[in-house]
Amino acid sequence: MSETTVAPGQPLTVEEQEVKPGFIGQNVPRKEDQRLVQGEGVFVDDVKRHGMAYVHFVRSPYAHAAITRIDVSKAAELEGVYGTLIGEEVAATTDAFFQIAPPPGGHVKDFALAVGRVRHVGEPVVAVAAVTRELARDAADLVEVDYEPLEPVLDPERAADPATPVLHDDVGSNVIWSGEFDYGDYEAALAEADKVVRIKRLHFDRFSSTPLETSGAVVEYNRGTAQWTIHSNNQFPGFAQIMMAPALRVGIDKLRFVSQDIGGGFGNKICTHVQLVALCLLARKLKRPVNWTEWRTDQHTANSHGNERVFLDVEVPVKSDGTLLGFRARMIDDCGAYTRYEPLGCIIWAQVTPGVYRWRNIRVDFTQVCTNKSPCGPNRGYSRMQHLWFTERVIDIVAHELGIDPVEMRKRNYIRSDEMPYETPNGCVYDSGDYAACLDQALALIDYDGIEERRRDAEARGKLLGVGIGSTLDSGTNNFGQSTILNPELQFSGNNEVATVKLDIFGEIVVTIGTTPQGQSHETTAAQVVAEILGVTPDEVNVRAGHDSYWNSHAGFSGTYASQFAVTGLGAVKGATDMLAEEIKQIGAAVLGAESTDDVYLEGGFVKRNDNPEAALPFMACGAIVNANNAVLPMEARGITLNCRYVYVPPHQLPDKERKYGNLTLTYANQIHACVVEIDPETGVYEIVDYSAVDDCGVRINPQIVEGQVHGATAQSIGAATHETFPYDEDGNLLTPNFYDYHVPHALDMPPMKTGYVESPSPFTPLGAKGMGEGGGAGISAVCAALQNALAAAGKPIVYDSSNPYKRVWELLRNPDDSRALVTVDDA
Amino acid sequence: MEPVAAKRITVTVNGDSHEREVEARRLLVHFLRDDLDLTGTHIGCDTGNCGACTVIYDGMAIKSCMILAVQADGAAIETVEGLAANGELHPLQKAFGATHALQCGYCTPGMLMSAKHLLEHNPEPTDEEIRRALQGNICRCTGYVNIVEAVQAAAKGEVGT
Repeated sequence: MSETTVAPGQPLTVEEQEVKPGFIGQNVPRKEDQRLVQGEGVFVDDVKRHGMAYVHFVRSPYAHAAITRIDVSKAAELEGVYGTLIGEEVAATTDAFFQIAPPPGGHVKDFALAVGRVRHVGEPVVAVAAVTRELARDAADLVEVDYEPLEPVLDPERAADPATPVLHDDVGSNVIWSGEFDYGDYEAALAEADKVVRIKRLHFDRFSSTPLETSGAVVEYNRGTAQWTIHSNNQFPGFAQIMMAPALRVGIDKLRFVSQDIGGGFGNKICTHVQLVALCLLARKLKRPVNWTEWRTDQHTANSHGNERVFLDVEVPVKSDGTLLGFRARMIDDCGAYTRYEPLGCIIWAQVTPGVYRWRNIRVDFTQVCTNKSPCGPNRGYSRMQHLWFTERVIDIVAHELGIDPVEMRKRNYIRSDEMPYETPNGCVYDSGDYAACLDQALALIDYDGIEERRRDAEARGKLLGVGIGSTLDSGTNNFGQSTILNPELQFSGNNEVATVKLDIFGEIVVTIGTTPQGQSHETTAAQVVAEILGVTPDEVNVRAGHDSYWNSHAGFSGTYASQFAVTGLGAVKGATDMLAEEIKQIGAAVLGAESTDDVYLEGGFVKRNDNPEAALPFMACGAIVNANNAVLPMEARGITLNCRYVYVPPHQLPDKERKYGNLTLTYANQIHACVVEIDPETGVYEIVDYSAVDDCGVRINPQIVEGQVHGATAQSIGAATHETFPYDEDGNLLTPNFYDYHVPHALDMPPMKTGYVESPSPFTPLGAKGMGEGGGAGISAVCAALQNALAAAGKPIVYDSSNPYKRVWELLRNPDDSRALVTVDDA
Repeated sequence: MEPVAAKRITVTVNGDSHEREVEARRLLVHFLRDDLDLTGTHIGCDTGNCGACTVIYDGMAIKSCMILAVQADGAAIETVEGLAANGELHPLQKAFGATHALQCGYCTPGMLMSAKHLLEHNPEPTDEEIRRALQGNICRCTGYVNIVEAVQAAAKGEVGT
């Protein structure tokens, strides 16, 4: 394969590509589709058990309040109610969840239900279980809770102020984590600069990917074995087990996690361990299975938002020609009321510290605070999205203020393909990529050369046209050792994933994987890899659907999150299949009288002798011999099981905690997006009239699936850029608690989307592939940049927020000087 | 007349008649999923926005979370489970697979039913008409690109019979 190729049909140099003989790189039809298009998938609410109770949570109507009294007696008396659970019982029978933060941030006490105090609207206070969903709600209405309201903390920029009320008394302030990141020589960069651009404030808004299937679980408790079976749509069971087992005071093996089909996750289904503990307690207490299916409003108010982040006092030293020397900023991240996956977001952004740019001198003062809003957690592009948006916004503002063409600005500062692998100022290693080639292709797709003509045409129609560019570094296979930069006491590092591949008694090839796919087509791509290695077709490979911790095909980091399956999951599949192939060859060589496994090969479901392909042993015979007729085997072959388990472990090292330095993730897929908008200057209403997204994720195992991920991630970012936001009123009520108020893109909202690709294989991964799927963030940047570009003709306001509904654009049009006051340019 | 808390209803679903006593407040979607075990029809929003629960009801595409089961007394309903016939997938089902118009598959049953309704009334829709017909169905995975392509492919008979 050539080092870098581009999509056929694009007006760029196309290098010869080797024709791939097997199934890797082919658009193999998805194995998952047969059941899903017939409504025969099994999602969590489809799981039913005899005598199952339905659970409804009584939730806090206050953002911040002390709980003074709870009375469940009326609810308990209602016929058909099985029982209730309150915070006091939770505090007595479980331990608070383990905290990732070091003290004092790590002193947060987080339980499955509120204990003594509520800290956000929608926080679960009491759980009620009844014979039907409807009755559980009736009973919840009969639960009496008295509150003593407290002043809510809503503004992250004021949360750390000593005069502000404190959410978690044991922490002593609202600061969860704070630290300085200092790379290169920032003062020298300042001295070398011709100009210094200063931006007072930028803001990345709250939103989430809001999977269409809400969270849920069916939990069973086996009293004889003291074991729970948790049918859920949790997407990171490895993490959930680590959080839940100590809280429930049991061993990990007492928590069996099962899932088949999951209706979207996007990171939002990582932190459901809180509700799952409440369900475990109820199942044990009530001696019956319990079902909990989250209501849409509950998902919006109390599940997991994407982090809000403020960038303050940004300073960018730059040469007159636009060469970027560095940046400095204060960043305040708002994680909401509780720290569940947090404060990991305080380090995960550092995977992409300079973005796609050659910034070498960087100083960031990063603080995470808690507020009386929904807890935050991973959301497609977790923590990197916020930071990459910041880098792209800075590039555009600097380019506009210095009068440099934004395309030229980017090309001058992009990390170049001939610099790969590229070590960033904080020790991360970008494995491969050609950002300039991606940009060229993205611009060609939107006919950038004709943009000025289109601008004039738009002007003639009374519209302001703008073009913008965005980028995403979709860093994947992260090194959990980065958590030790936050908390040196943590014993987390590296990463892993597991697969087993076996040849069964009738010759069936059976694959199990440790992941929890939510639409990422793992059954299909795993089958492609296995088929390629074993010389069969993907149809002949049976990949078990979903996840079951009883399959023993999981490890501590098993799950589906953070763009890693193509590396960790398929790395494990490849490892296990290579082992199995060798064992099949050993059996074949023994039976066919070949001297060694080098003298045989696998083809079409047979082991064949190199020197005489007619001498062939079918896989079925191999499976039968080992599993049911093994006395025929020579003694040296008796150790063969044809059941191979492989744990893929990436080559991570511990980072340097003092310097906050090291390689924090293994691969860096990238996307470059280009966007054209037309604004109606009278109203602020705008339309995305052209859009392109070019993806480079290394070797594409299944191009159609990759493109699908690009489409979907782009749609989510366009939603976030235009309408999706989680605003709160002054009392801490979420104003968009359902799909009426929280407007996600529907089919008519989506612009025409053009996609392209570049393929820069990763030198660090088993298949040259990179994890991908989180590339959408580029869309938010591209829309912001296009608005900025269009508004240049209307007083040059500064696009300072990631979320730009029509109203905000209208405000920018009306008062351009308000936002212009955010930016100054000084001669150094 | 005295208000009643429950009522006996008869509903035909995918050609099969079902008679059940249902609570007056039970939603049609819960009747389909919980009482009839037809779990292919999904719930995504509780407010009638997302369309995951779309079924065809006496020839109309409706959101089954927006009506009560008792209102459906005497109705003929088609759900995703009724699309394939004699072991053969419906052309829309084939097209959705062929064009990768589904990822997690949660919105798919509702999408398929809305698309079926569209093609029954407009066998040769434009892309714009497809998007308009699917406006009430939210997909969070695909960005709709391949869904529109799938409906076109099915309309044009490009996915086999």
